Amino acid sequence: MNKIETKNLNLYYGTFHALKGITMSVKANTVTALIGPSGCGKSTYLRLFNRMNDLIPGVKIEGDVLLDEKDIYNNKGMRIDELRKKVGMVFQKPNPFPKSIFENVAYGLRVNGMNHASFVEERVETSLKQAALWDEVKDKLKKSAFALSGGQQQRLCIARALAIEPSVLLMDEPASALDPISTAKIEDLIYELKNKYTIIIVTHNMQQAGRVSDKTAFFYLGDLIEYNDTNIIFTNPTDPKTQSYVTGRFG
Amino acid sequence: MSKNLKEKIAFWIFRILSLGVLLILFWILEFIFVRGWHMLSWDFLTKMPEDGMTKGGIYPAIIGTLYLVAGSMIVAFPLGVMAGIYIHEYTLDSFFKRFIKLMTNNLAGIPSIVFGLFGMALFVNTMKFGDSIIAGSLTLGLLALPVVIRVTEEALIAIDDSFRHGSYALGATKLQTVRKVILPMAMPNIITGLILSIGRVSGETAPILFTVAAYFLPKLPTSLFDQVMALPYHLYVISTSGTKVAESRDMAYGTALVLVLFVLILNLLANALRKYLGNKVKMN
Repeated sequence: MNKIETKNLNLYYGTFHALKGITMSVKANTVTALIGPSGCGKSTYLRLFNRMNDLIPGVKIEGDVLLDEKDIYNNKGMRIDELRKKVGMVFQKPNPFPKSIFENVAYGLRVNGMNHASFVEERVETSLKQAALWDEVKDKLKKSAFALSGGQQQRLCIARALAIEPSVLLMDEPASALDPISTAKIEDLIYELKNKYTIIIVTHNMQQAGRVSDKTAFFYLGDLIEYNDTNIIFTNPTDPKTQSYVTGRFG
Repeated sequence: MSKNLKEKIAFWIFRILSLGVLLILFWILEFIFVRGWHMLSWDFLTKMPEDGMTKGGIYPAIIGTLYLVAGSMIVAFPLGVMAGIYIHEYTLDSFFKRFIKLMTNNLAGIPSIVFGLFGMALFVNTMKFGDSIIAGSLTLGLLALPVVIRVTEEALIAIDDSFRHGSYALGATKLQTVRKVILPMAMPNIITGLILSIGRVSGETAPILFTVAAYFLPKLPTSLFDQVMALPYHLYVISTSGTKVAESRDMAYGTALVLVLFVLILNLLANALRKYLGNKVKMN
């Protein structure tokens, strides 16, 4: 069974054709890397799955986007906030709220009506542990999230996304604003989280895609050029464009 | 001329002109302070005017201005903040949004005497509030409305979209996002803008001329439908239209000083509050 799937998916920003007939499917509990040069549509593709593209005026979407084999766009039974509970997202730049560390993680629970104190406390602790941040912050949960370092803030954002127990985690270049040590921590984390979540990650970093992902999709100018096991994409790709991109000849 | 010399000359021109602005401000303050300072006393602030307003205090005018400021803010604050939220958070860039913004700016450009006339026609006559605190507050509130809308909008624009997106991505609705993330972050700037608009409102004379202000009242208001005296109008009356203009000159400068001090204190308060709230938002 496919966790996530798009069928002949076209997306337009006004008249600009940003995604061209993308058909692709992702299995549960895998990590899929989306690679390709800037502006090729990989972030746009990522944002389909929690409908963040809806926030941009003039976007038009054709085709099917399925989560657990159910359409998420043309489906009256699928409320957008329910969808976003199932599909969490981590952004490129760490974007914690101007609240305490605790309240950042609790936010998703509270806005979804889960307010019971002991439940929230327990979930906050679990999420921070999953995001490998608990030991660093357990004594200062009431402190502002802004006092954390960039790498800690990004792990806090991951904890925040995990708190509402999504089944899919979308990551839009989650380590591009971080130093190498923080990046390594995030990558270890992705490897750990694979057991419970289906992860799709956009990255510009070839080594990162190679290290963390099971499958890799190469996008170029709105087309899905090649999609295969990560080691095949990096060692023996079919398409010459993929070959020259992963060996660093353009992009 | 070398570019370094040009840079130096430009620097000094900018610096001197900026100092000129300061100089004008200090000049005005000095003018008022020197002439009004000796009038300031507890009695001046807490006594009724006496002897055809040439002696005594300005207590009723102070109280009247406070009532009008409070009333106008009760009108302008919720309306203006909600309109600002609607414009920035709820409307996409459309003809409708541009139209609202254009009209808001036009509203801000309407001369205050026109607000006064409108307030008289609508609140005093049509709605039959008479010359009253409620009519004056509504008129002043309308005058402050575009400023409050603008301030709210600017405060919301200043907040990076990444905070909104982070909240939406967790399943929050627009209202939850605005209430729990955006408004707390925007509040310091909104409050600052509000206090500054209070400063403007407290000094307005034209809008209250036909809607609330009394030439002289021997007693304080007891209901929203009473007239009140107000500082700017009192100043106008005793310096132009009394029979004893010369004798009330000191009273006029004293009144002017009280008004200026009121606005100065509000501005300082706005600054302090912005800093305080700014720190608090980061912490909680």
